[in-house]
Amino acid sequence: MPTITPAATGAVALLVGTRKGAFILKSDRARRRWKLTGPLNLGQIIHHVMLDPRDRKTMLMAASTGHLGPTLFRSTDQGRSWKEAKRPPAYPTAKEGEKARAVDHTFWLTPGHPSTKGTWYAGTSPQGLFRTEDGGDTWAPVTGLTDHPEYSKWFGSAKDGTPDGAKLHSVIVDPRDARHLYVGMSSGGVLESKDAGATWSPLVKGLEVVEGFDANTLSFHDPHCVRLCPSNPDRLYQQNHCGIYRLDRPDDAWVRIGRAMPKAVGDIGFPMVVHPRDADTAWVFPMDGSGVWPRTSPGGKPAAFVTKNAGRSWKRLDGGLPKQQAWLTVKRQAMSADAHGPVGLYFGTTGGELWASRDEGAKWSCIARHLPEIYAVEAAELTR
Amino acid sequence: MKVLIPSPLRSYTGEGRVEATGATLAELLADLERRYPGIRFRMIDEQNRVRRHMRVFVNGEEAEDLSVALKPSDEVQIVQALSGG
Repeated sequence: MPTITPAATGAVALLVGTRKGAFILKSDRARRRWKLTGPLNLGQIIHHVMLDPRDRKTMLMAASTGHLGPTLFRSTDQGRSWKEAKRPPAYPTAKEGEKARAVDHTFWLTPGHPSTKGTWYAGTSPQGLFRTEDGGDTWAPVTGLTDHPEYSKWFGSAKDGTPDGAKLHSVIVDPRDARHLYVGMSSGGVLESKDAGATWSPLVKGLEVVEGFDANTLSFHDPHCVRLCPSNPDRLYQQNHCGIYRLDRPDDAWVRIGRAMPKAVGDIGFPMVVHPRDADTAWVFPMDGSGVWPRTSPGGKPAAFVTKNAGRSWKRLDGGLPKQQAWLTVKRQAMSADAHGPVGLYFGTTGGELWASRDEGAKWSCIARHLPEIYAVEAAELTR
Repeated sequence: MKVLIPSPLRSYTGEGRVEATGATLAELLADLERRYPGIRFRMIDEQNRVRRHMRVFVNGEEAEDLSVALKPSDEVQIVQALSGG
């Protein structure tokens, strides 16, 4: 069991990726006042912005536009200046007879293990996993996954992916072991590697798929967001297309903990957020997954839900949120937690609103509005 | 030869018209990449395909692939589709 990191006390920076550029909101130490800066790269689709917690200086930003190819920007001064990566994630040029694959965009960024300085992972659309060992300047495919003989069977066709393109996301590095990795794929399920990506095994036992389909077929699995608990790396939570789940290793069967959610709300959603110091506590932001899947707050009444007992029960958290006619959508990267005590929670909506809570979700306030469609919100500590 | 650069790529070149050399379109793009690092991958994917919403014209005729031969007197226009929102 790793040592639990003491609660943070410094200012928080929210790294916000939107359909039209990136923004950074910085708080005071009390997290009461926020200052918005940006846009950075106005007009570019920013899928994810991440700070490297190992040096608290390096940031990576995954960008594309509707027309130009994908790229990746790097900052080594906490976002004050940015430079384009020399070799962004891309496949090798295919030899004759090989499948000619191309990265549409980088979707997910994960800093590597503290012992492997400069290493990051990137999940792409269509599903692909890339690694850099020089802090994000040059990237290469993790061929144990991208060249796996079952690759196309796992991922299915473009029709199995999400409307914005099939994605590899939720790249997780075990804090105890740099070689132990998890990834989520929409579609393709959850995969695990114990050898730094050289070999992979599916980890989908217990996960449900859409009614009438065979759960033994990986391409029918759609894990929306998977998170590992920093205070207990043997515990993972997952918001799936078909419910909310928990997994306690070394067990390999997920347990559907979303059954305890109120029936009228259901257990469908995109984001999954875990507590930095309490593995029994996790948050979700449910959406309407009925009929044609509106993917908006059920009944137009937005709320986060928290469990404090590993999923045995859930509590509605809607203090300060609109009580009716509020049809919010929160994407899988658009909700996160800081490391303060009590934990601060943040979510961004596709309508360009950014909401914050300083008390673990009990009371929410809108800290920015009129932003472009929000894709990602990461809470970062620039200082401890 | 003269190369017309669309506005989304001018963050690389700083201007809308630049000079570049090459006996083929592939060589011309390589020369542009040398002068303006990163520009090629925004237009051409890793399989040497012109990206979906990009088009390249040589003297007003669309170039279908990168092997098209060029002369120093040619004018190359790189165009981005006017779609989106």
